[in-house]
Amino acid sequence: MDIVVRNLSKRYGNFQAIDDVSFSIPGGQLVALLGPSGSGKSTILRAIAGLETPDSGSIELVGEDATNLPTQRRGIGFVFQHFALFRHMTVRQNVAFGLEIQKLPKTEIKERVDELLDLVQLTAFAERFPLQLSGGQRQRVALARALAPKPRVLLLDEPFGALDSKVREELRLWLRRLHDESHVTSLFVTHDQQEAFEVCDQVVVLNKGKIEQAGPPQELYENPASPFVTEFLGQVNILRPETILGMDLDDEKPLPVPIPGSNSGTIYVRPHDLEICRTRGDLPGWPALIRRLTPLGWLARVELTLPDGTSVHVQITQATSRELGLESGQEVYVRPRDLKFFDHTTEESGVVNYVI
Amino acid sequence: MKPPKPATSPEMTWPQRFLIAAVLAWFGLLILGPAVALVRRAMEPGIGRFFAKLAEPDAIESLWLTAKITAAVTVCNTIFGIGMAIVLVRQRFWGRRLMDGVLDLPFAVSPVIAGLMLIILYGPRSTIGSRLSDMGLPIVYHLPGMILAGLFVTLPLVVRSVAPILEEVGSDQEEVASTLGADWWTTFRKITLPTIRWGIAYGSALVVARSLGEFGALLVVSGNIIGRTQTATLYVHDQVESFEPHGAYVMSTVLAGLSFGMLIALEAVRNRTHRQEYGAEESQDPSVERKTIRPTRRH
Repeated sequence: MDIVVRNLSKRYGNFQAIDDVSFSIPGGQLVALLGPSGSGKSTILRAIAGLETPDSGSIELVGEDATNLPTQRRGIGFVFQHFALFRHMTVRQNVAFGLEIQKLPKTEIKERVDELLDLVQLTAFAERFPLQLSGGQRQRVALARALAPKPRVLLLDEPFGALDSKVREELRLWLRRLHDESHVTSLFVTHDQQEAFEVCDQVVVLNKGKIEQAGPPQELYENPASPFVTEFLGQVNILRPETILGMDLDDEKPLPVPIPGSNSGTIYVRPHDLEICRTRGDLPGWPALIRRLTPLGWLARVELTLPDGTSVHVQITQATSRELGLESGQEVYVRPRDLKFFDHTTEESGVVNYVI
Repeated sequence: MKPPKPATSPEMTWPQRFLIAAVLAWFGLLILGPAVALVRRAMEPGIGRFFAKLAEPDAIESLWLTAKITAAVTVCNTIFGIGMAIVLVRQRFWGRRLMDGVLDLPFAVSPVIAGLMLIILYGPRSTIGSRLSDMGLPIVYHLPGMILAGLFVTLPLVVRSVAPILEEVGSDQEEVASTLGADWWTTFRKITLPTIRWGIAYGSALVVARSLGEFGALLVVSGNIIGRTQTATLYVHDQVESFEPHGAYVMSTVLAGLSFGMLIALEAVRNRTHRQEYGAEESQDPSVERKTIRPTRRH
C-alpha cells in the first residue's frame, strides 16, 4: 500500500470538509477521487500533500508515517488545476526546479530534464516561457516538473479542469499511457465521471466529505451502493414505486424484473436499460407516450411520459429507432431490463435490495 | 501600459477623435505645460548658470541630504513593504482587516500632520525624545527624524504595489515549490520574489519619487537649518522665499527630472522582460493579454 489514509477529518468553521475518511491505494495504481464540488476530494489530496493540516487521522506514504512530515519531505509530485508554472522560468528551468533543490550535479539534471521533456513531447519548447505555451502544453510541463524528482506518489488536483474538452480528452489518454510506462502511484482528483472511468484503475466516490463507495469503475457503475453513486455515475431515471405499482399490467405476464414491494423507496433505471416496443405483444410493459425523439448520431434519445405523468428518458440505437419507426406522439410500451431499488427505511449505508 | 497601436486607424469615429483630443489637451494643460514652463525658466540664463547654481554648497548639501533620506527610506520601506504585503495577503490573524485599513492613513493624513505627530512623540520636550537625545540619538531636527517622516509618508506605497500581485497569483506556485522540496527561504527567493519583482520595483520607484519630493512633513520635523537639515525641496522653498527664484527652478528641474527618468527607465526594463516572457508574437495573440497575472487559456 503506497498511500494509506486513516480516519482523516477536517473542519472549516461549520463546514465538515472531510469526515472520517479512510482508504488505501496499492502501489503502481492510478486512482481517482471522484465527487461533486464541496465533497472534500481536493482537501483530502492537499492533506496527503501536507498542504492542509487535518484535524485528526493519519497519512502513510510508502510505509512511512507522513502525518507530521512537512510537505518538502513527503516525496510527492503535485499537479494543480491551473498548472502553477513558474512564469519567470523557461520550461527547462521549471522542470529542473525540483532537481536543483536536491543539488544534483549539473549534467545529471540536464539528462533527467531532457528525458522528461522527451516524455512529455516538449523538447522543442524547452527554452520557452510558460505564457508562450498552450494550456495542454502547460499542463504537460507541470506534469514533467512533478515527475522530475522521481516522487513516491503523484497527486493530481483536477489536472485537466482548466482545459477545453478536446485537449482534455487527448491529455487523458496520454496520462494513462504515461502512467502505464512510469507506474508512479497516482491519485487523481476529478468531478468528471467520464474522466475517472477513462483514466483510472480504481475510483473512490466521495460525497459530503465521506466515502460513498470505492472500487473498479465498471463495478461501481453496475453495482452502485447508494442512490448518490447511482445518480452521480451516469444518467438515470428516478421513479417512485407508485408509478409502477399503479400501472395497469397483465398479471399473468409479469415484468422480467422483480418489482419492489415497499412503497417507501426510489427506483433507478438507466436510460439504456429500458426497451421500447410498439405493441405490447406477448411481453409485458408500461404504456408510455413518446414526447420527443432526438437522434444523436448513432444513438437516439427518447423522452417518454408514463400514465401518471412521470417522464423517463430512454437511450436506444438510431438503428433500433428506425426499425421500430418511432415518432413523437406515438403510444408505445417500455420494459426495464434492469433496475435498482433503494429502500429509504433501510438506506442507512446504502443497502441494495434489488440488484438484477 | 501603452495604448494599442490602432489610434490612427481610418475607421475612427468623430466621438473617438474628440475624446482623444480632449484627453491630450487635459494632459497638456495639467502636466506638460507646467513642466515645459519650469524647464524653460530654469534654462533661461543658460546652461552654464544652471550648473553653476547647482554647484553652490547649499544646493549640493541639500541634494546630498535628500539623497541620504531617500536611500534610507527606500531600503527600509521596500523591505518592510514586502514583508507587510506577504503578511497581509497570506496570513489570517486577528486585526488584519484593521491593519489593512489603517495602512492607508499616511495617504489620508496631510504630511504636515504626520510631522507634527512625530514632534509630539519624539520632540525635545517629550519623554522619549529627551531620553533618546540624552543617549546621543536626537530624532527631531536631525536626520533620524527626517527619515522617520519619510518612512511614515511612504509606508503604503510598496505594500499597495505588491499585495495585489500576491493576491492575484495566489499561493499555487509557492505550494508547488514546497512539494518539489524547496524550503521557505528558497521558495521566497526563487518563486515569490521574482513573481512580485515588478510590484517591488514600481513601489520602490514611487517611494523614491515621493521621498525626493516630500516637503510638508520634513518642513515640520527638520527645523530647516541651512546646510544641515535643509533638503532639496526645503531649498526650493527657501529660494522662493528669499527672492532667488532661479535656484528654485534649477533644483525643481533636477528633482522632477530624477523622478521622471526613473519611471521611464523602469517602464523600459519592464517592457523588455515582459516581451521575453510573453513572447515577441504577443500582439498577434489576443488571448494572452499584456500584464495579466493569471495564466490565460488558449484555444
